Amino acid sequence: MERAVSATMLHRNQVPAWAVNAGVAIVIAALLPISIAFDKYIDNYVLDVMIRIGVAIILAVSLNLINGITGQFSLGHAGFMALGAYTGGVLLKHYQHQIHGALLPPAFIGVTILGGLVAAVAGLIVGIPTLRLRGDYLAIATLGFGEIITVVLNQIESIGRFEVGGSAGLHNIPHITNLFWTYAWVVICVVVIARLVYSAKGKPFFAVREDEIAAAAMGIDTTYYKVAAFVIGAFFAGVAGVLSATLSGNLDPGDFNFVKSIVIVVMVVLGGSGSITGSVLAAILLTYLPEQLRAFEDWRLVIYALLLIVMMLVRPEGLLGNRELWKRRKTAVS
Amino acid sequence: MHDFLQQLVNGLSVGAVYALIALGYTMVYGVLRLINFAHGDVYMVGAVIAYELAVKMAGLNSPVWVALPIIFLGAMVGCGALGFTIEFLCYRPLRHRPRLVSLITAIGVSLLLENLFQNRRVFGATPRVLPQLLAIRPVLSMAVGSAKSPVVVTNLDLISMGLCIALMLGLSWFVLKTKMGLALRAVSFRVDTASLMGINTNRVISMTFVLGSALAAVAGVVDAMRYQVDPLMGLIPGIKAFVAAVLGGIGSIPGALLGGFLMGLVETFLKGYLPPQYNNYSNAAAFVVLILILLIRPSGLLGKTTVEKV
Repeated sequence: MERAVSATMLHRNQVPAWAVNAGVAIVIAALLPISIAFDKYIDNYVLDVMIRIGVAIILAVSLNLINGITGQFSLGHAGFMALGAYTGGVLLKHYQHQIHGALLPPAFIGVTILGGLVAAVAGLIVGIPTLRLRGDYLAIATLGFGEIITVVLNQIESIGRFEVGGSAGLHNIPHITNLFWTYAWVVICVVVIARLVYSAKGKPFFAVREDEIAAAAMGIDTTYYKVAAFVIGAFFAGVAGVLSATLSGNLDPGDFNFVKSIVIVVMVVLGGSGSITGSVLAAILLTYLPEQLRAFEDWRLVIYALLLIVMMLVRPEGLLGNRELWKRRKTAVS
Repeated sequence: MHDFLQQLVNGLSVGAVYALIALGYTMVYGVLRLINFAHGDVYMVGAVIAYELAVKMAGLNSPVWVALPIIFLGAMVGCGALGFTIEFLCYRPLRHRPRLVSLITAIGVSLLLENLFQNRRVFGATPRVLPQLLAIRPVLSMAVGSAKSPVVVTNLDLISMGLCIALMLGLSWFVLKTKMGLALRAVSFRVDTASLMGINTNRVISMTFVLGSALAAVAGVVDAMRYQVDPLMGLIPGIKAFVAAVLGGIGSIPGALLGGFLMGLVETFLKGYLPPQYNNYSNAAAFVVLILILLIRPSGLLGKTTVEKV
């Protein structure tokens, strides 16, 4: 990674913290009426696509923290998503008759956070041993963990009184996700990760990516930052899992295989590893385009693969490279 | 005891295939320091070519001793060409980029091959069984102790193990005794210095891909006869063979052989001795082995430890 740290990153974030927090609160509050209005007037199919775009944004941005910003190539993101999805799906299905009315919003928030936490703990357990590995070895090891999770989910029929479904999958999960829940999490995810990495505390994440040995020599605890990126990324992947489980109502262990991880990686790479806005753009593009390409369903993944190869050959830094849309382009210091 | 011996035979037979695929991983890693993710899919293409040729051969009613060599050679040539093309188009332009760029490209190539062959117009997603050219029958059966059924070695087991050993010997001769092999060792030692010594590194790297892919093709043909052919068949054996290469010490040719046989044995013994409901966990075993190796001895059993230099 010979990319230079761009000059913009050396400036302090000029917006005060309270203003950002207030802004986030206002945006989330504004989402509620928008969501209700959309639910009423907009076609279900369009809503469904919009929610899937939101889930894709969370997945891409959270993976970008691991792959793009910290430079730890992980191929196991779908595994973390699966853990969140199953935590949410199993709990919500089991308690669906107890949870309704006024109890629903707090319960759903709780379950979503729990799903994220389960994934985060898994991220911690996976991260501590594997993050000592570098580059391609890490990719294979995380791929392995992702596959182990699917193998295990395939085997478990139930845990105690809770139905998990095994290889048949888990069905009839209550549909709870709507535009509001999804985009509230999108806002939280993007703001948390952006504010984390573009703050003074976030510099080490980039330092680890640029040169791990130099970073360690400067006194940065590289393992700590790598594990931190992994845990935070896994948390949001788990959240995205809960959201997607309650969107479709069905879970199948096969949905979370290696290919799903690759699709998320493609989003990060296409948008530009290290650019949060790039990941958002790529997630929108790569979720929306296939909807338009329904006629070419057979060729969809072939096109994905070609896109990935051509992108790597022609523009390996992705659409936005290392930049963010909200920052003015400045010449990089080298 | 009977079970043990039978599992041993099966394990060695499966392991031979892993070893053949692992050789390709290890050779490419040796010269390019790249995990060729698409290698498992080259093995799949080998199986597909074997299927197409076998259908043709069965149509012509050709005898086994004509059909088999043609199938093996056809698959080897086809996969060799494929390996050359992949390297030339996808990896060569990226050689001076960071390694992760090549890795992502390799994943892209792997996805491309899998999905291309899943397309109905190319091969289709449904698994197909090879027309029976070679009746799989026991050639050796030994009664062991008081067990009722004897330990069976089939002709396919013999083909798989025999080819593996023969190719391995051929490869050793090539690497250790020929001029090209010397160049290959030089390149895997250090690419830039090798090119300063007048070695055409591009040619050596291309040749490594051709050789590795041809070995994978042999593995593909054997597995096409043993199981069936489908476009995703390369995924799991590819990963297991990669684990085998890492286990033996990636970059080391004898290591790949040792790792391959060990992987095959671990897998069949797990399958044989675990209760049937846990059978699927044997697939996860490969990853557990991998993670353990990487944590305990990242250089593998026969690999050299390298010091990270700034």
